[in-house]
Amino acid sequence: MTATTTRPTTTPATTARPTRPLSTAEQVAAEVVDPELPMLTLLELGVLRAVETHANGSVTATLTPTYSGCPAMAEMRADLAARLESAGFADVRIETVLDPPWTTDWISAEGRRKLTEHGIAPPGPAPRHRGGGPLPLILSPTRRVVPCPYCGSDDTEETSRFGATSCRALRRCRSCLEPYEQVKEI
Amino acid sequence: MSDDHIHLSLAEAGGADGDARWAFGTGFADPLHGVATALPEGVDGRALAACCTALGDDALVAAQRLAQWCTRAPELEEEVALANIGLDLLGQARLLYARAGQADGTGRGEDAYAYFRDAEAFRNVRLVELPGGDFAFCVGRILVQSAWRLALFEKLAGCADPVLAAVAAKGVKELAYHRQYAAEWVVRLGDGTEESHRRMQAAWDQLTPWLAELYEDEVAEGFGVSARSVAEATRAVLAQVAEAAGLTDAQAAPVPGSGRAGDRTEHLEPLLAELQVVARAHPEGTW
Repeated sequence: MTATTTRPTTTPATTARPTRPLSTAEQVAAEVVDPELPMLTLLELGVLRAVETHANGSVTATLTPTYSGCPAMAEMRADLAARLESAGFADVRIETVLDPPWTTDWISAEGRRKLTEHGIAPPGPAPRHRGGGPLPLILSPTRRVVPCPYCGSDDTEETSRFGATSCRALRRCRSCLEPYEQVKEI
Repeated sequence: MSDDHIHLSLAEAGGADGDARWAFGTGFADPLHGVATALPEGVDGRALAACCTALGDDALVAAQRLAQWCTRAPELEEEVALANIGLDLLGQARLLYARAGQADGTGRGEDAYAYFRDAEAFRNVRLVELPGGDFAFCVGRILVQSAWRLALFEKLAGCADPVLAAVAAKGVKELAYHRQYAAEWVVRLGDGTEESHRRMQAAWDQLTPWLAELYEDEVAEGFGVSARSVAEATRAVLAQVAEAAGLTDAQAAPVPGSGRAGDRTEHLEPLLAELQVVARAHPEGTW
């Protein structure tokens, strides 16, 4: 999918057209953090899919939503545009891609490390369905090892698959007894 | 009013870390902002709009029913779960309405569909309109709806319209979580105490007459989705859960009529009145 919409610029370009290397817009965009998981950048979360600087100096950044109902999407878009504009890029377009859908497998290794550091267990590998038939429903108890981000123990349990945001589940460590969140696999 | 302006101006006013930038009201950013919207060759815009509207209506009405559980669920964790499921469905509805408005050529936004249509214009299946009931009915209905919608979306993910296909592919991942949650509860209640079994069975019996409407739904037939294969996949999942939960299928006559054809229960109008009253009293309002 390609972009069709241009986001109007609300601040007049007071600086001259920037003569920066192409990677600058990428660097600026790479620093924008997620509104709900502020320890992660949009890039580390895997929702910032591309940043392109065109020959005329305009910048196109591409985002993908985490969940269909993620209320942070408009925030991410506004934050990203504002940061790029304040870095001197006068003509910024934010595009959205829905396909392929976001998966937690796109969270970078650095992102996973930061999540753990902040007491949030990173996701395991996203479930994959191959074979073409209908997605099976598994009713038997499944044992997944999700180490406690505080003490590292594997003796943990899920208290709720749904948490404070769409992307998080609630868990508890049986060793250190701390409750914690996990970014659930999707 | 463009929403990007709202969000940007709030972001600027509140500073990068200000709380003031969270806005509520109508006129939110187009959920398909920045997505290519051209209709592909050979896709009938009216049929696409009808399909998106119907599937969006299913999701919106179900989301509203789930929101009504807030402060009423048996435990905080379940309340959070129900709200999360509702939020996913609301997100699906927003994307589907935005696509419907593009496909039918009117350019109507999501608000026009959610807030400014009366009950008779809705095309959801009637199952989602039924009042909340008890927790057993709540999880039973989520199971039925998510199993059916998941089977439908799995097929729809390969359809000719790239936007609808992408919305469906994303929805599949969410619906798999919803189905899992609901199935585990139906088994827990059905295979639990005498009282929980009695209430789960009663909910199951109450749901049964509304299943035919789902199984016969042809709204996505034009997009490579056969009602029969969706019905088969749904039946298989429901049978699997019923067996594990110790539930028996009642022989109940289907409720006559069709939500897709515009037949409504008496429950939709009060639900919409609550959903729409603020938006209609203060069109374009934000706060």
